[in-house]
Amino acid sequence: MFGKLSLSAIPYHDPITIGAVGGAVLLGLAIVGLVTYYGKWTYLYKEWLTGLDHKKIGIMYIIIAVIMLLRGFSDAILMRAQQAAATGGSLGFLSPDHFNQIFSAHGSIMIIFMAMPFMAGLMNIVVPQQIGSRDVAFPFLNSLSLWLTAAGAMLIMVSLGVGEFSKAGWSGYAPLTEMEYSPDVGVDYWIWAFQIAGVGSTLTGINFLVTIIKMRAPGMKLMRLPLFVWTSFCTMVLVVWAFPVLTAALVLLTLDRYIGMHFFTNTLGGNQMMYVNLFWTWAHPEVYILILPAFGIFSEVTATFSGKRLFGYTSMVWATGVITILSFAVWMHHFFTMGASPNVNLFFGIATMLIGIPTGVKTFNWLFTMYRGRIRFTTPMYWTLGAIVTFALGGTSGILLSLPSANYVLHNSLFVIGHFHNTIIPGAVFGFFAGYYYWFPKAVGFRLEESWGKRAFWCWLIGFLLAFVPLYVLGFMGMPRRMAFYATPAWHPYLLAAAAGVAVISLGILCQGIQLLISIKERRALDDRTGDPWDGRTLEWTTSSPPAVYNFATIPVVNDIDALTDMKEKGVAYRRPNQYNDIEMPKNAPHGLILGGLVFVFGFAMVWYIWWLAVLAALGMLFTVIARAMDDDIHYVIPAAEVERIENERYRQLAAVAT
Amino acid sequence: MMTTDAMTIGIAHAEEVEHPDTVAMQALGFWLYLMSDLIIFATLFATYAVLGNNYAGGPTGKELFELPYVLGETLLLLFSSVAYGLVMVGMHNGVKTRVLVGLAVTFLFGLGFVLMEINEFYHMVAAGHGPDVSAFLSSYFTLVGTHGTHVSFGLIWMAVMIGQVTVKGLTSPVQSRLMRLGMFWHFLDIVWIGIFSIVYLMGVM
Amino acid sequence: MKRQKYLAFVGLSSLFAVPFLGGCSTILLFDPKGPIGEAERFVIIAAIVLMLIVVIPVYIMAFWFPKKYRASNIEATYMPKWSHSLKVEFFMWGFPIAIVTALAILAWTSTHALDPYRPIPSADKPVKIEAICLDWKWLFIYPDQNIATVNQITFPVNVPLSFKITSDTVMASFFIPQLGSQIYAMAGMQTQLHLLADKPGSYAGHNQQFTGRGYADMHFKANAVSREEFQSWVQKVRESPEKLDWNGYEKLAKPSPGYYPVTYFSSVQPNLFENILRKYDPTWGKHSGPMSRGSVPTHPSTGVVEAN
Repeated sequence: MFGKLSLSAIPYHDPITIGAVGGAVLLGLAIVGLVTYYGKWTYLYKEWLTGLDHKKIGIMYIIIAVIMLLRGFSDAILMRAQQAAATGGSLGFLSPDHFNQIFSAHGSIMIIFMAMPFMAGLMNIVVPQQIGSRDVAFPFLNSLSLWLTAAGAMLIMVSLGVGEFSKAGWSGYAPLTEMEYSPDVGVDYWIWAFQIAGVGSTLTGINFLVTIIKMRAPGMKLMRLPLFVWTSFCTMVLVVWAFPVLTAALVLLTLDRYIGMHFFTNTLGGNQMMYVNLFWTWAHPEVYILILPAFGIFSEVTATFSGKRLFGYTSMVWATGVITILSFAVWMHHFFTMGASPNVNLFFGIATMLIGIPTGVKTFNWLFTMYRGRIRFTTPMYWTLGAIVTFALGGTSGILLSLPSANYVLHNSLFVIGHFHNTIIPGAVFGFFAGYYYWFPKAVGFRLEESWGKRAFWCWLIGFLLAFVPLYVLGFMGMPRRMAFYATPAWHPYLLAAAAGVAVISLGILCQGIQLLISIKERRALDDRTGDPWDGRTLEWTTSSPPAVYNFATIPVVNDIDALTDMKEKGVAYRRPNQYNDIEMPKNAPHGLILGGLVFVFGFAMVWYIWWLAVLAALGMLFTVIARAMDDDIHYVIPAAEVERIENERYRQLAAVAT
Repeated sequence: MMTTDAMTIGIAHAEEVEHPDTVAMQALGFWLYLMSDLIIFATLFATYAVLGNNYAGGPTGKELFELPYVLGETLLLLFSSVAYGLVMVGMHNGVKTRVLVGLAVTFLFGLGFVLMEINEFYHMVAAGHGPDVSAFLSSYFTLVGTHGTHVSFGLIWMAVMIGQVTVKGLTSPVQSRLMRLGMFWHFLDIVWIGIFSIVYLMGVM
Repeated sequence: MKRQKYLAFVGLSSLFAVPFLGGCSTILLFDPKGPIGEAERFVIIAAIVLMLIVVIPVYIMAFWFPKKYRASNIEATYMPKWSHSLKVEFFMWGFPIAIVTALAILAWTSTHALDPYRPIPSADKPVKIEAICLDWKWLFIYPDQNIATVNQITFPVNVPLSFKITSDTVMASFFIPQLGSQIYAMAGMQTQLHLLADKPGSYAGHNQQFTGRGYADMHFKANAVSREEFQSWVQKVRESPEKLDWNGYEKLAKPSPGYYPVTYFSSVQPNLFENILRKYDPTWGKHSGPMSRGSVPTHPSTGVVEAN
């Protein structure tokens, strides 16, 4: 009746897990209680859960990202604590099975459920506004992508309390993930969470590609696009190209596990090397998917807070394009030690080195944007500067790893962990934080309090260095990754330092939490009344903060790079149009939310082999899709009079600030 | 502060007309989806290329594939595409019955293809040559089966379109959907030509 | 802000110095005991030096520009429209291209020289060791001496070691950090590794690719000894009461918890290694092709199949 599921799936015996689950459940109940107490269910349903407004969808993505950041970071704390303790014969406080689940969950969550949603969230809020558009190309698909991501995240969260998560790492190598070596449900949770989130990402990719190609304001030629749009565009190209490979690879593994096929098994002709190749054909572009939007954010922030046009715009665009194309040609550098011939290894090694060139170009461009600028050291600029300096170290360690002969002794050591955290954290995470601070006022209507932001930055920067520089040293000392315990005492001091680093980062996260609470409390003082709190250069700063649902009452006309700066210089920014027209916007739709729920049920049913439930959920999905497709009345009109009323209110506010 | 409460703003409904831009955007979006699908198939073809000779002591393609049968499947699929041409012509000329007849014929031929394929798979499994026997058979069943699954979903879509054309007529959104279904159907045809050549023809040679 | 950053950075960079103060012996990759390891250390250091040529200017600019062009420094030149300079572009692209070219040459020469499949030229006949990854221990077979061990290998100094490696479980990686390269161990496939120790000592060996629950216990000792000591060690192993036949092997291959103690086998069933390979690939050794590098004897440089 319930497949493999039984009450014994709940990990009663494990205090840490039960504590975490209990805490999460209590927190969830508290939130539900608060919403009920304030009577906000209708508001939540109408304005957020069934809404197709890209700005709200973006905020919801970021909420998912922040929740999953806390979960993934808890995993990090446990890992560092375990490795700090598990020395000199001690096995620490986590069993190997538990430790193995934790590092698998940490990587899976941070990449797919923290970084991807954060990026999707910022893109959702910003890209349509930056190109002068009212929405994305496919608002319903946008909502569906969000709820698919949420469904995947829910699946991972549920795996904590019902059953277990994968113990095979975020990369899920075969044959370890085959039934013979991982017969438990953990790998299945991993497969379905990734698969569901992957479909959501692919749809987002298609959505934003069409948005950027087709919905730009008049005059917004490609070579006038803000860099964040360019990097988002290239990122989405990577998404549409790479994610299908993951989809296929996971399907093949699923078929191996569920039907006994032999794609990646040890026996009957399976080839584990095929899994490795397919996985990394997706996973390498994936890391560029994470970093390119952050690079775009650095470009925006540097230009704005240097009061200067971005240096070398054309170079930047070309560099982004080169990175995009090359990122498909380097995947083998993740397994130089799998026994390929030197020439094969060298092709991929040299291709990897080549990617260092456009990345270096971008770094130089940011620096030369600051040169002869007037730099304001706001929180976003702090994050950007910290990122540029620290990312350079990560890039360097990457080039070192790209030499196959060096890789032969560094592969799978903590040096690699140091390298990729050194690129993802200062690169992607600092970039997303910079974007969060930069665009928060636009999305929400008030700025974040600066001094807590700076404290958070310092804690993150110092904590990051303290946590990860020792890992480089440990790599040189020969320590492998993914060790639940170890017998070499010389490694211990460095692991202690790394644990201290994680503690400092926690302080940073605490500062960010305090900052958010204080900013909400002080929101009147931090109010953004003009919509342009930073003296911005791009179109999103012409709208109010937060913008009206339609963003622009009249679509702007663009004449140059840094469209808003151009308008300001010509004195035509905020010019009132002669007349207002009706504006057509998409109606709310519950189908995205319903499909997300059904997909979650489907995934859960497939994990536990509850076939009847899976079939029912699948049929439910089919009917929901057909029902949505039958509905052609999917728009509503905002009459011109209403638009005028909203805009008049805006101009009144602008005039009040000017006086 | 600015209201963003969608429900208090105007209740006028837009006409059920797709703006020309919308149709072009839907077509572009669908193309991009098809290209992502192509990459899934490319991955399955690559897997077939790598694992296709791993017979693990079991049967080879030469022993299993019957070309005349496959030719029959191919003809059914190709003729279904021709029938879809009738759908598009009828759609451009606004002749609802022609569209419905075309959709029905396409559907029947497509259904025939799927049934033949299910029959082929059933007999192979019953004879002990199922996908769990070897990597070759796993990749064969998966590549061909994924294509067949796509065709099946196309058939469901087609049935829905027959319903939509009947009930709504050839409105602009309906036409846009018919156009995209056509793109999907022809895309599957092209993939089948790849399968026919690489899996069946090359397997037998 | 700039001064704080600078101090923070210097303070934390000194973390790098600590290991070198403590003595190099724990930094295994910088204390190699053989020519392969030495060559790899050279590559690492050379690459770091080459990259510093680019990175140091970046750091100088990253501290100098924000300091000089901060908004409160109104004396600094402010050119808000200056966003293009052919000269800067030339260096910005040219500099990294030059460094990458140098790195590519370094990679080319070292990768060919350090190919794990390349035998180490020597007047001595190599000591052959067949390594099999099990859950969760390493089995080592010496086909020429007809002995086997678990979790320990001993070999003479200055004699080339020729490893043939496979797995009877999931994907693993055979690695002795102070001697040099690692290479994956995969079921049904044979990989090869050539190493040499030029100083006597006892070196740590690991499995460098995660294999599940007992992964952390998969360490072994690699002992480099004099030729005489090696001979007496072989004798000692030959006195072991345990023999490794197929039944014994199957018992050994079962998943075992905890660190498997060092075990000696005085004799080994013939062709045990090949039989383990054929558990997964019954045709192993009978065909060549892109997937079977090393399974059929090939010339190390040309890859041409050699007659048996």
